[in-house]
Amino acid sequence: MKPNFEEQIKAFVSVLAIFLLLILVLFGGLFYFNNRKPKINLEEIPVEANEEDYDKVENGVHVATGFIDDKGMQATIQNCTGCHSAKLVTQNRMSREGWKATIVWMQETQNLWDLGANEELILNYLSKNYAPTNKGRRQNLEVAEWYELN
Amino acid sequence: MAGILGAEVVFGHKMPQNYFPVGLQDPDPFKLFNKDRGMVVLNDKPWNMEAKAHLLNDDITPNKYMFIRNNGKIPENIDVSTWTLTIDGESVNNPKTYTLDELKRKFTQYTYRLTLECGGNGRSEFNPPAKGNQWTLGAVSCAEWTGVRLRDVLEDVGISPDAVYIGYHAADTHLSGDPRKEPISRGVPIAKAMQDETLLAFSMNGEDIPLAHGFPLRLVCGGWPASTSGKWLTGISVRNKVHDGEKMGGSSYRVPCETVAPGTKVDDENMCIIESMPVKSLITFPKSGALIKNGQTLQINGHAWAGELEVSKMEYSIDFGSTWHNCALKKPSNRLAWQHFKASISFPKKGYYEVWARATDSQGKSQPMVLPGWNPKGYLNNACHRIAVKMV
Repeated sequence: MKPNFEEQIKAFVSVLAIFLLLILVLFGGLFYFNNRKPKINLEEIPVEANEEDYDKVENGVHVATGFIDDKGMQATIQNCTGCHSAKLVTQNRMSREGWKATIVWMQETQNLWDLGANEELILNYLSKNYAPTNKGRRQNLEVAEWYELN
Repeated sequence: MAGILGAEVVFGHKMPQNYFPVGLQDPDPFKLFNKDRGMVVLNDKPWNMEAKAHLLNDDITPNKYMFIRNNGKIPENIDVSTWTLTIDGESVNNPKTYTLDELKRKFTQYTYRLTLECGGNGRSEFNPPAKGNQWTLGAVSCAEWTGVRLRDVLEDVGISPDAVYIGYHAADTHLSGDPRKEPISRGVPIAKAMQDETLLAFSMNGEDIPLAHGFPLRLVCGGWPASTSGKWLTGISVRNKVHDGEKMGGSSYRVPCETVAPGTKVDDENMCIIESMPVKSLITFPKSGALIKNGQTLQINGHAWAGELEVSKMEYSIDFGSTWHNCALKKPSNRLAWQHFKASISFPKKGYYEVWARATDSQGKSQPMVLPGWNPKGYLNNACHRIAVKMV
């Protein structure tokens, strides 16, 4: 009888502990959600309403990020837009060595993680779609719109 | 508050006093930062935005046309009543902390128009391309800043004769979210820190500094790369060596000490910190692309600046630099303010023209017509500004 009684006590204590824990979590949670200040992050880009919108590609460009739709784009989005905007990538033009050096710099100084097998995929994607073109020492002026000046 | 955010604060009366709601969350950055819709967003994480030449026509740049350059995340929940500035560092024996109120009450206030240009303004033109935000022409402003002199505050604290440099610390946070990292902590040599015009500013154009430009306190070092003008300022360290904060080393805001051929890889030890910005100018009227009638004269105007120096001559050319003609040039309203120029141009016959603008500083240096010396991060592009005009 005695071992059985001990087990019953143990079981009772366990149930009681779980019960108390649940109460704590419940009230703690209620307290937290009631008291926290509404926190909205200035840096967050509004997330597209649904998955379908997010995957939308128009004229070969991924609408939500502005990336050129090509092999390696998803890996690039996943690894490169956590900390900074896609715009920081798409406005730059670099050789494969240049992109590689940028990744290494971010790993050494900006807390970028090891990209593993994705590194090859990302480097292929960037060096193909965001390669430099020769601009010379000064380019022609581009006029967005001619207008009459009175 | 509404002025800072550029929007009415609905239910503002329910907000705790001095609580600063960074989050009034308009996903529209033009509304969020009270910017003109003609401004160009280069980056949204972190926020970077530039003007176009024709938007900068005002003598004093209003907030709506002022470029935004951020390295990290804008601080949230700013409370001006508890905001402090701490002066410390190797060359300070007794570190001292001031509240905003103390700074305003204890020291004489000064107002100056100060030209702030991003070191990377014009980066987009470099070849081979340089890494970073691809600024074109619009990362420059000249607003009216009001604050106290950094020199007065440093003298109140007392600094040792071995002081070499000051470095700033601020409340913005690193993009990775790592609280141990500062997004940027730059500074200037002690001589620049002690200039009359180097301010700890708390107002811009007569109002609280807009949030994106450093509310509630900003170090302002006119004529130097704008990255030396630390926003959301919480501390100044007076150093007995060149400040070694974030973005003081490597290729950040540094150029090869000796000029290099385009595309050259340059080792860190051969890079030197940018100090004064070079001579430069912008035609702010008319906007590029003007069609004018045969025989009509064209009035142009704009601004010119030269870092620590003054602009002594301003010229324009309508024949691709073959001949140059003087513009009327005003003196700066104070040292380090940009100067205004204007000219009246007659064109000989119908055709396509480019109006080129060239400023010369008080030491005789002029703007180049093509890209100046290439450098790994594409700083200091002061090639002459050009606008396209057709006489029809």
